Amino acid sequence: MAEARPVQAVDDVLVEVEGLAKLFDVSPPLLNRLLQGQKRVLLTAVDDVSFKIPRGKTFSLVGESGCGKSTVARLVVGLHAATRGRILFEGADMAGVTERAEAAALRKRLQMIFQDPYASLNPRWRVSDIIAEPIRAHKLIDGRRAIAARVGELLEQVGLAAADGEKFPHEFSGGQRQRISIARALASNPEFLVCDEPTSALDVSVQAQILNLMKALQRELGLTYLFISHDLAVVYHISDYVGVMYLGRLVEWGEAKALFRRPQHPYTRMLLDAIPDLEMTGRPRIPVAGEVPSPIAPPSGCHFHPRCPFAEERCRREAPQPLATAAGEVSCHAVAEGRLPEVERAAPPAATET
Amino acid sequence: MAVGENQQAGVRRGFATHLADGVRRFFHGDLWHSFTRSPVVMVSAVITVVFVASAIFAPLVAPYDPFDLASIDLLDSEIPPIWIEGGDPRFLLGTDDQGRGILSTMIYGARISLGVGFASVLFAMVLGVGLGLLSGYLGGTVDAIIMRIADVQLTFPAILIALLIDGLSRTVLPRDLHGEIWFYVLVLAIGLSFWVQYARTVRGSAMVERSKEYVQAAQVIGIPPLLIMLRHVLPNVMGPVLVIATINLAIAVITEATLSFLGVGVPPTSPSLGTLIRVGNDFLFSGSWWITIFPGAALAILVLAVNLLGDWLRDALNPKLR
Amino acid sequence: MSRTGTNQPLLQVENLRVEIPGRRGTLVAVDDISFAIGEGEVLGVVGESGAGKSLTGAAVIGLLEPPCRIAGGQILFDSRRIDNLPYEKLRRIRGRHIGMVFQDPLTSLNPLYTVGRQLTETILTHSDLSEKGARKRALELLQEVGIPAAERRIDQYPHEFSGGMRQRVVIALALCASPRLIIADEPTTALDVSIQAQIITLLKRLCRDHGAAVMLVTHDMGVIAETADRVAVMYAGRIVEIGPVADVVLRARHPYTEGLMGSIPLVGHDVDRLTQIDGAMPRLNAIPAGCAFNPRCPKAFERCRQARPELETVEATEAACWLYEEAPERSGTDG
Repeated sequence: MAEARPVQAVDDVLVEVEGLAKLFDVSPPLLNRLLQGQKRVLLTAVDDVSFKIPRGKTFSLVGESGCGKSTVARLVVGLHAATRGRILFEGADMAGVTERAEAAALRKRLQMIFQDPYASLNPRWRVSDIIAEPIRAHKLIDGRRAIAARVGELLEQVGLAAADGEKFPHEFSGGQRQRISIARALASNPEFLVCDEPTSALDVSVQAQILNLMKALQRELGLTYLFISHDLAVVYHISDYVGVMYLGRLVEWGEAKALFRRPQHPYTRMLLDAIPDLEMTGRPRIPVAGEVPSPIAPPSGCHFHPRCPFAEERCRREAPQPLATAAGEVSCHAVAEGRLPEVERAAPPAATET
Repeated sequence: MAVGENQQAGVRRGFATHLADGVRRFFHGDLWHSFTRSPVVMVSAVITVVFVASAIFAPLVAPYDPFDLASIDLLDSEIPPIWIEGGDPRFLLGTDDQGRGILSTMIYGARISLGVGFASVLFAMVLGVGLGLLSGYLGGTVDAIIMRIADVQLTFPAILIALLIDGLSRTVLPRDLHGEIWFYVLVLAIGLSFWVQYARTVRGSAMVERSKEYVQAAQVIGIPPLLIMLRHVLPNVMGPVLVIATINLAIAVITEATLSFLGVGVPPTSPSLGTLIRVGNDFLFSGSWWITIFPGAALAILVLAVNLLGDWLRDALNPKLR
Repeated sequence: MSRTGTNQPLLQVENLRVEIPGRRGTLVAVDDISFAIGEGEVLGVVGESGAGKSLTGAAVIGLLEPPCRIAGGQILFDSRRIDNLPYEKLRRIRGRHIGMVFQDPLTSLNPLYTVGRQLTETILTHSDLSEKGARKRALELLQEVGIPAAERRIDQYPHEFSGGMRQRVVIALALCASPRLIIADEPTTALDVSIQAQIITLLKRLCRDHGAAVMLVTHDMGVIAETADRVAVMYAGRIVEIGPVADVVLRARHPYTEGLMGSIPLVGHDVDRLTQIDGAMPRLNAIPAGCAFNPRCPKAFERCRQARPELETVEATEAACWLYEEAPERSGTDG
């Protein structure tokens, strides 16, 4: 049923992010500024990010800490207000929705799953109340019994028992809590889920359970995901499209399989090289040099130039513009000038075990 | 109608099972365990309970009603406790200068002391927790304004604020009204000098809770800020508040006693423990030491017991010390 | 220190048992485990949270936090028992011969002293170098762990370093006394992927150059595959499989290891569903009888529910699983 669709023909876009930017004010307090003559300090967490998420697909943002991927997630669900740019949901600007009823109608269509299963559930609430919160807030169902039935149904949908609703969060393991978190997110029948590192606090075997569950739910309910992660293998497994972020900018995005096979941007290549070799192929790894600079004073031009083996004078001077590739888009002078050796990462040998 | 009743019953049954659940969890919990392991804490708890119970049931417990003029005989004045020569079996701890039994006046005095203490702690708690919650959750300008007020408040000692409010109320309000509103004046005075502690504690905890993901989840769902504060943040910041409240209760009782001792608190017609100490003080050198010593000892024991309970509660609720 | 008896492993753990006494009974966190690390060998200890891997590491260096305690077995370092030594003696051995690298580099460094001072002091306590010599050695160590502009950075405080650089400093600190064994507990967990790769490469190079043995405790199979020579897989306080890293990673014998490996997504592997081990690691107060893994095991049979399997040699590795016992009962499996 999955026909190979050309990337350009993304017709049924559910969510579109256009020129999104977020600046945080990290200045010292007013009194210190006045007395010690300190200046305002602005941190550019997200810098001119644009992407589209087709309905029913998963778009992942990947990058190291401080690259702004989580901020994008929080901007999309409205936890932060964007400094610049627009977020379009089915073509309508979400910032333009000011009327209460309209905002509530929009809210229940997008939900979020958080990273830390130990912090994302109110420890003093019963699981059934936690899951019922969106139902009650949006008055989706009336009557105690009907709500209880729906909560039980949601619990079973995520692989727990309906009777678990009587318990408190501390009675569950990390993986089970993440299931509760997912059940809460599903309670308002959303179409779009923003998942902020939903498995990075979990053990691998539990991570596999949650990833399988998320994939099954996507198929069943036709969900669209914006998936945030630092783990490239997880991203490869779950995504249809991947965007790579570095210091607030989207340096490359594209169709997942194609992007991983032919990474264009030097940073993407570097990240792929850093993945531990679990297949024991003895593939030589070129350890990546340097560390992510401070986002308060990012390097000039292309932010990646101090760590880039292909950097030239132009990279230090001028920020690269997005350029269409076979998989999607890339922002790199070296790619634009054809200075980069084309790499094709050999597909790994078919799994030998089982 | 029947459906409504059914639902009502459902709610009530739900509440009862929740309550039973809560009780069961309490007795199996760490708090109860650490309580049963410390004899000092158990003794403190018993003392506190005895004080509170006898204060509540004063008319039943006290041998005489010290406010009932009919039962008071001036001829009975300054009788020493029964184990001293000249003691009267009717008055276990002796009598004061007006012939009232010390034990009875103490029990009624404790009633007033604890009443003022509880009320002012409650007032300070509601005010402080409310402002702290707003300050910590909303942040920004609201936070800055509330915290600056708190800073200014902290520069005045509690007694000074109490004296100020007492003085104000005496000048602004008609004189005869004071006999009726002294209780509210005291509660206001003591409460106002305590709220900052609650506000600061709650603000700190609320700032921590606000950044937690369950609060963000509620924001994403679209719960209004006030409801998030009350339903999500408040229950999770109340632990330290209860500890402060317990310790504050002891301080409030002392503050009331101090104010009464200074003559700006409870009027002598309905004496609190502090008033008793002040009145008895005049007779200390005339040999009738029991008039002031017994209320003083009672006050010291009560405050010590409540303080010990508060200290234990703080340690027992602190996960780092467990 | 006698270095004779080369056939003796450097570290030998025998039947180690770690208990946590509590008011609702005593919990067994590490249950009768044995392993050995040879000179210059890197042993990976891998397991999910609650497997007891970190407690094993802490027990070996005598850093168990009360109420946890060693309740049985013995730990031999260079053929000498160290688990029953008085604190002072153990501390001396730990300082001289066993280095430590923890997950959070911030807590391993004193924020009030410069990096150089911490290194110099550690070097001075373990050698008879002069103050100047110690500083020179500290500088060399910083250069060795790959800190750029070490001459300038040696006089900086820990907070002036980034996470990856701090972990390098901690590694330099662990190397001060030229230890023969380094215990690294989740050394890369708090770091970004690219930094993680750098630290792994560094650890590998240092072990080779210094000939130090490493006990690498981590939950990350990728780190193990990149670094370790041998690997011990822990589950519910027990070692379920131990052997050469390539054999365990590619040809896992124990159903748990097999499931664990299958549950890791890989770039380039197009699978719709990952292999899934249902359920979760049992809590310490509810460890099942028999093989602790039996309720989650797809291949469990009657025997698994009754008796606990011991480690048995299965080709290149050792696995604790009844599947590999040469017993006639095998044919009579249920389901």
